[in-house]
Amino acid sequence: MNLLATVVLLPLLAGTAACALIGRGNTPARRLLTALAAGGVTLAALALLLRMAPAVFAGEVPAAGFEWLPQLGLNIGWRLDGLALMFGLLITGIGALIVLYAHHYLGSEDPAGKFYALLMLFMAAMLGVVLSDNLLMLVVFWELTSVSSFLLVGYWGHRADARAGARMALAVTGGGGLIMLAGFVLLGQIAGSYELTEILQHRERIVADPLYPLVLALVLTGCFTKSAQLPFHFWLPEAMAAPTPVSAYLHSATMVKAGIFLMLRLYPVLGGTALFEQVVTGFGLATVTFAAWVALFRHDLKGLLAYSTVSHLGFITVLIGLDAPMAKVAAVFHILNHATFKAALFMSAGIVDHACHSRDLRRLGGLYGWMPWTATFALTAAAAMGGLPPLNGFLSKEMYFAEALAGADRLSWIVPAVALLAAVSSMAYSLRFAHDTFFNGPTRDLPADAHPHDPPAGMLAPVALLALLCVAVGLFPESTYGPLVRLAADAALGGPPPEFHLALWHGVNAPLAMSAVAVLAGFALYAGLMKGGALHRYLPRAWSGKAAFGCAIDRLFAFAGRVTAATENGSLQRSLLIMVAFAVLLAAAPFWQAEALPTAGDRALMPATSLALALWALLLITATVIAATHHQRFRALVLVGIVGLITALTFVGLSAPDLALTQLSVEVVSTVLMLMGLALLPQHTPRESTALRRGRDALLALVAGGGVAGLTWLMLTRNHDSISWFFLERSLTEGGGNNVVNVILVDFRGYDTFGEITVLGIAGLGALALLDGFRTRRPAADADGRAWAFEQQPLLLRVAARVVLPLALLASAYIYWRGHNMPGGGFIAGLMTSVALVMQYMALGQARAESLLHGAAGRRFTRWIGTGLGIAGLTGIGAFWFGRPFLTSAHGHPALPVVGELPLASAAAFDLGVYITVVGATLLTLSVLGAASKEDHA
Amino acid sequence: MSLLANISMEFLVATGIGWVTACGVYLMLRSRSFPVVLGLTLLGYAVNIFIFVMGRLWSGAPPILGQGAVQADPLPQALVLTAIVIGFATTGFVIELALRSRAESGTDHVDGREPGERPEGGA
Repeated sequence: MNLLATVVLLPLLAGTAACALIGRGNTPARRLLTALAAGGVTLAALALLLRMAPAVFAGEVPAAGFEWLPQLGLNIGWRLDGLALMFGLLITGIGALIVLYAHHYLGSEDPAGKFYALLMLFMAAMLGVVLSDNLLMLVVFWELTSVSSFLLVGYWGHRADARAGARMALAVTGGGGLIMLAGFVLLGQIAGSYELTEILQHRERIVADPLYPLVLALVLTGCFTKSAQLPFHFWLPEAMAAPTPVSAYLHSATMVKAGIFLMLRLYPVLGGTALFEQVVTGFGLATVTFAAWVALFRHDLKGLLAYSTVSHLGFITVLIGLDAPMAKVAAVFHILNHATFKAALFMSAGIVDHACHSRDLRRLGGLYGWMPWTATFALTAAAAMGGLPPLNGFLSKEMYFAEALAGADRLSWIVPAVALLAAVSSMAYSLRFAHDTFFNGPTRDLPADAHPHDPPAGMLAPVALLALLCVAVGLFPESTYGPLVRLAADAALGGPPPEFHLALWHGVNAPLAMSAVAVLAGFALYAGLMKGGALHRYLPRAWSGKAAFGCAIDRLFAFAGRVTAATENGSLQRSLLIMVAFAVLLAAAPFWQAEALPTAGDRALMPATSLALALWALLLITATVIAATHHQRFRALVLVGIVGLITALTFVGLSAPDLALTQLSVEVVSTVLMLMGLALLPQHTPRESTALRRGRDALLALVAGGGVAGLTWLMLTRNHDSISWFFLERSLTEGGGNNVVNVILVDFRGYDTFGEITVLGIAGLGALALLDGFRTRRPAADADGRAWAFEQQPLLLRVAARVVLPLALLASAYIYWRGHNMPGGGFIAGLMTSVALVMQYMALGQARAESLLHGAAGRRFTRWIGTGLGIAGLTGIGAFWFGRPFLTSAHGHPALPVVGELPLASAAAFDLGVYITVVGATLLTLSVLGAASKEDHA
Repeated sequence: MSLLANISMEFLVATGIGWVTACGVYLMLRSRSFPVVLGLTLLGYAVNIFIFVMGRLWSGAPPILGQGAVQADPLPQALVLTAIVIGFATTGFVIELALRSRAESGTDHVDGREPGERPEGGA
């Protein structure tokens, strides 16, 4: 197993399995072990990435993979370039901190196993996204992040807001992923490959293609939904119902960056055009300003951070859009910086929530005195978010200003102006986060159980580490994030970035002036809004993306309801009528287009015998009588039996002895079954249909029947070219049997037969499920006074049954055995045995026969079905021993070591399975029906 | 008897299938469960014969090797053989469904309610 696949598979398989298994009991010891397992797996993945890092820094791109479905372009492929390495380190590095934090965050009643297993699943999915070389595989992991995020956001499934937030996140990001898939398919068709390695070399062809704008729109929709860009941003604030470690991980550092990642990943092929720059920069600018402004007015601590995240994602999107190499450097740098400070801020918000049982900024305040350490680290991170020197956020903001100013020449003065506006709001909400939580005291009516305090060291340590990193990166950017930024920018640009030097001090220049304005204006804005506590009294407007989404969903459901109501009114009659009418139309359609109606063919016809003519007349009369007088149910049932017999005679006359035997035995059990059913149903059908309805149905029936008759006539008068002659030729040589029908069933098409006996078994089990435990009263006699059961089983019948049973069993054995060469086989033998056993039921009574057969109201017959399917299946698997595919008959390959008697044995064993399944399913169906009906002696 | 001499087996089979199909479809469209079961059974006969005769009509030529110079087309026969057995199993299932439905809803009307009753929980 190569290292790259291991990085993903480790959390995907080992991580999820270990956490789910260890975390099954929710004791303190198990909780600790689960966290340790999750942490161990995360650190192992991190170590693997670090081990490969030197090679990537040396300019190599480690790759691995194998072909899976090359015809579809679907291959397993892994690839680790600079961008993937940066994201991989981010995912595993922050992931390790989250595992530590979550161990202290989760309450003793929260199932730790579920949490960590899902976290591992998510981590694997994220790693899969960044390490995939194949675009289709990337989509699979992409959707897996949506699904695992759905489960994580809905972790507290008892809370309505968690469920709603999870659903919304899944609908938006999962739906976006599907749209993106469409874009990828187009992209793959243009580039001629789904491998990134290949696609990245076809920029000219892709950009010049007329479908390029469509590809761009589809792929960007996926990116924008995932990275919460306007107008798809609304799911992210709703996802704040997730546990805070999830928000810190998914909604700051990783999942929301997946869209950003993909834009950078495909930048070398899709980017660099005027269209790309305008669209991406445009959406980014709208998002960054809108979200920064909204964040200022959120009273929920996590809500503020969520909108801040949306805003910062917009910030990065603008940088990706701007057509300048240095913008990509700034984008990559800010991805790292934002992950660093935002994860710290989310974790601090979780600590505050944990201690105060409230995240409402209107109630919090003055916490600095209660939790000085938390406050110190949170303030540091907040300062980085606001863009104050000497922190990392300041550095990337300066670069952003520089790029925005440069972009003004190509696009518009709006770019730097909007960037400045957003920075003002950003400063103001950062200030609000810091001031409203930790100062602006005292607290205002916190819940009674609140006791603000600094958390245990394990919970504080990740925050502290990240806050210190903010300072370190701010002071020494080149020696901390510098090399990684250079590497990732190289991959995103598809070539080395221009010379640059990350540093805190760039001299007095325009970006510095903009920063100063932003900070001062941000202070002024916050002070102005907060004057007299005005901000606390602000109530958000009713309209929001969330409401629009809810409204859209309601409309969709209402529309679906209307469509359903219009097409399906609960009437089976109407549905069947539509179905038959549609089938008739479908069959008639080809004739409609034909120039002339087809005429009979020139096959030499077979002259009718007088017997055939008599049977034909009998058939027509019987069927007509059934249709006309079906209200007399008993008579109709007997007449249906006559039609069945004529069917069997047709098989006899037309050279199908196997079918005739099958039809005859089925006719017996089927009539018994229907009689048993009829005993529990009304004896007459009321005349309730109107003449109009009957006429309509009759007309449709005549059209359908006429169509079938015409079709049959056209077919029968033509000669046919069948593939069947193949079977006739090979039946003896390859199947070892003279009865070609049986050889087809158990050998050539054995797989089909296996499927069919499985269906048979399922139908039997379905009958058991329907009637198990069901009891109903059966009247003693039918409407005409005919008794349904013998008062006392007649002696003659009992004796006859006893004599017949062994004879019948012997006959079935013979029929079964000769089946390969003469009419017979497992199906027919099984039905014959069933008929013999049904006769026992009739002669001895239900109870006695049941006890003899150990039927247990039909339940035991499930074992028969299981045994039969088992034998048939094992016979099929047996072929594996000889290195042959499933169900290969041993006879077909005489080169095998044990030839001689074996060939026949293999197919016969399969047929035995068929036999037992048929008997089991038939008796099960009859037996549950018998057990359900209790005679009413009253 | 010249009329009789001109009638072919093909014609009898085609019209027979057509007529049984028509009666089956008519019964299938009735409103009570038992006629529907009978209709499905009739339709099953017709469909099985239809598939079977797609191998064309053969007299005295069973698809068994060594019993004559000609053999009928065995493939449709193999298909229909399993179809007959599965048809029986589904008939059994449907009739038990009808019983269960009657026990649950108190009526053997296929819609689960007597005509004229309002649908339950309908929008």
